Amino acid sequence: MTPEINLTRDPAHLRHGSSIGQPLTRTDGVLKVTGKARYAADNHPPGMLYAVIATSCIARGRVKSLDVAAAKRHPGVVDVMTPAHKPELAEDPDAKGNPFAFRMELLQSDEVRYANQAIAVVIAETLEAATEGAALLSPRYQVEIARVGLDAGEPYAPPVVGIGNPAEVVHGEIDAGFAAASKLTDATYETPAQYHNAMEPHAIVAVWDGDKLFLDTPSQGMAIAQGRIGGLLGIPPGNIHINSPFLGGGFGSKGLVSGPQMLGIMAARLVGRPVNLVLRRSQMYGPVGHRASTRQRLRLGADDAGVLTVIDHHARITTSSFDDFYEPAADASHTLYASPAIRTAHEAVRVDTGTPLFMRAPGEATGSIALESAIDEMAFACGIDPLDFRLRNYAEVEPTTGKPFSSKALRQCYARGAERFGWARRPLAPRQMRDENGFLVGWGMGTATFPALMFQGNARAVIRADGSGVMESGAHDMGQGAWTALTQISADALGLDLGEITFRSGTSDLPDAGIAGGSAHTATVGAAIHNAGAAVIARLAELATPDERSPLFGAGNAGVVARQGRLHRRDDETRSESYAEILARAGLAEIDASGTGAADPAAQSHYAMHAHGAVFAEVKVDPELGQIRATRLVGAFAAGRIINPRLVQSQLFGGMIWGLSFALHEEAVMDHRSGRILNANLAEYHVPVNADVPPMDVITVDEHDPHVNALGIKGVGEIGITGSAGAVANAVWHATGIRVRRFPIRIEELVTGLS
Amino acid sequence: MNHSISLTINGVLREVALADPRVTLLDLLRERLDLTGTKKGCDRGQCGACTILVDGRRINSCLALALSHDGAEITTIEGVARGDQLHPVQAAFIAHDGFQCGFCTPGQIMSAIGLIEEGQAGDDPERVRECMSGNLCRCGAYSGITEAVLEAHANMTAAKQRRSA
Repeated sequence: MTPEINLTRDPAHLRHGSSIGQPLTRTDGVLKVTGKARYAADNHPPGMLYAVIATSCIARGRVKSLDVAAAKRHPGVVDVMTPAHKPELAEDPDAKGNPFAFRMELLQSDEVRYANQAIAVVIAETLEAATEGAALLSPRYQVEIARVGLDAGEPYAPPVVGIGNPAEVVHGEIDAGFAAASKLTDATYETPAQYHNAMEPHAIVAVWDGDKLFLDTPSQGMAIAQGRIGGLLGIPPGNIHINSPFLGGGFGSKGLVSGPQMLGIMAARLVGRPVNLVLRRSQMYGPVGHRASTRQRLRLGADDAGVLTVIDHHARITTSSFDDFYEPAADASHTLYASPAIRTAHEAVRVDTGTPLFMRAPGEATGSIALESAIDEMAFACGIDPLDFRLRNYAEVEPTTGKPFSSKALRQCYARGAERFGWARRPLAPRQMRDENGFLVGWGMGTATFPALMFQGNARAVIRADGSGVMESGAHDMGQGAWTALTQISADALGLDLGEITFRSGTSDLPDAGIAGGSAHTATVGAAIHNAGAAVIARLAELATPDERSPLFGAGNAGVVARQGRLHRRDDETRSESYAEILARAGLAEIDASGTGAADPAAQSHYAMHAHGAVFAEVKVDPELGQIRATRLVGAFAAGRIINPRLVQSQLFGGMIWGLSFALHEEAVMDHRSGRILNANLAEYHVPVNADVPPMDVITVDEHDPHVNALGIKGVGEIGITGSAGAVANAVWHATGIRVRRFPIRIEELVTGLS
Repeated sequence: MNHSISLTINGVLREVALADPRVTLLDLLRERLDLTGTKKGCDRGQCGACTILVDGRRINSCLALALSHDGAEITTIEGVARGDQLHPVQAAFIAHDGFQCGFCTPGQIMSAIGLIEEGQAGDDPERVRECMSGNLCRCGAYSGITEAVLEAHANMTAAKQRRSA
């Protein structure tokens, strides 16, 4: 069925979509499979030098000395940037202009605040010389004892969590909720520090031309980066041109420009030549953000009917010693389950790490695995099937605000996911199932949710004399498929076939598309494109309808419909005129118009807006070795309008794999003596490999949402993690009867209990 | 100290003068020969993004010193398609959406081509998953990758049978 875009705010321009909803392959597919997609570090401007960062091997203290002379003696080394020898900055990198201008280490002092912090930059003619030069610096340190882990210091109440959320939220009477309960559970869960580990290390190729700056660097938010870089350097943001057509993954770590990227720019300034700076993998464990570790206590109460009377979710989280980002872990309990009393609270501890940041589903992911585990524990305490328990506590309105949901097809997600998985055959008690090889088999589930956010973004639409169209928006494709999905939306917005439009994106000279984050990019930029398209079509109509020579003359009141390069009278579709004819008569080479996409405050104040889903997992556990294998994952998601089912399935698969990884694989292990990360590499920091990933099944449940935005898009980038992590953890319990509350679940925690 | 080696890269014989013995095959390709399709994800042989074929065998080019491969025949992602005609593995990766960000993709494709040549996985998805596990994909495109390898294997086997029939 061809979806229809309804221009709800301008019914004169009702148009019929033809590209949205199609499972097209990626428009950048050929470039990516042939090696022609040019990522930041693939650029080699003439005269380019290589910069390599020397990083601290202590987590706290001072750099006492660097053997700069030894580095400079090395053949090919051009210069060494140190606190004593660097370009001046216009702004203190420790100044806090706004909450999201995170402090960065730009060699402003000899202080070391975490392991892997930059302490110098060696610039050389070749990568080999720069690498060797960095090793020759042989730093000596004054070492202080590092503060490591969730008990490193006195906890305090953070001013806010996440993006300006209150640190504590109380809904209803907590004491009354506990008093009304006949069953109580009280469990504490721990989640580790995790690192984004995009496959592409942060990279920058910086070229100065006077006070103009040209950058090839991956960015999830080019305009924000321009502002930050311009502020630090004292040049107008408009002087900075960022080229970021492809990101080799972001996951939040490329949302804001990082210290190492700034160092590359400074190095280019220092030597007066183009500079390439690429982080080594180990150097990504520090200055480019991570997911903070958490310890979450969940106390739940339920009555005899298995109905929740209270949810009390308390989270302790870590942040850095020098800046503030607070993972909003407990906020996951605001929206999912109905309860007359809900309290969420956060406390923070400062540790000697780089500052944590947004990492795919920040707060939702950490909170979800704890909440979904706790719900599973309570369901079992009540003797109720976990799906049945969730249905008994289904939130008909958003629990903490009382707002109706703009749409919520979670019941259908539960039903269809459970049916596909075969959930009805699940025994209530754990350790009841074995496979033909004697492995313990367990089934678990979790509910997925993620807010349907909108940021602000702009687009510019052009119709050219030959009737073809151009859509421009400086959007960011980090793999989610922005090139493709936004091209599809552009085609429909212009009333043209895909082959007749050009979609331009990925550079900072195009209209500001905001940030690719919060699963909001397609919705935000999609809305901007939709509005830009409507505006340019309106301009075409203004040319044609007052003109007696046009078949559309006099259609002003009835309106026109744009379809396949023609405007049709809405009251008589046989009367139409092509874009080219309209422009030719007007003697115009092209016409353009702009559009903005942003949240509708009125709709947001009336409705709670979230995507939902249900994930079902099967694991098998070796009863002797404790080895865990996920063997099946089924996810059913309702996330509003789906622009491209093929890419959406891939996004949801990817998210579910992150959930599986959260439950079973990834963890940064800290050395409590040194404050260093013991496994800052891809062999020992486990991200799932192909063999870890079971056959997966994704169902998308139709959901029409007239409130979230003009296109009804909710976003799918992050929801896949939520629910999945808990589902896998609950399946491990169901297989073994052993409840592991520290993630990832390790063999050693099962093997003693199994024997 | 100048060293000269000869390499056949994507069918073209190239004499390469190396002033530095420390250069890896990966850095040679990327930084000196403008073959940037091959990617560096870890530089330690842990992620597989730099996978190329050397004398038909898939290797991590970040762990190979260029000097020790004098005379080798090298195939990189740039040498896989025939003009505009994609290799069956490339086409299958697009059809099955076996990538998202695309950064690991050249390595995945070279690894898949190597695997199909090795013939050690055949049409067994479990074997494909195992034998492709040296190539990390953080986006999590593994389902599509496995399907793509299986389909390409089937297509290439069928084509081979047609040719020999």
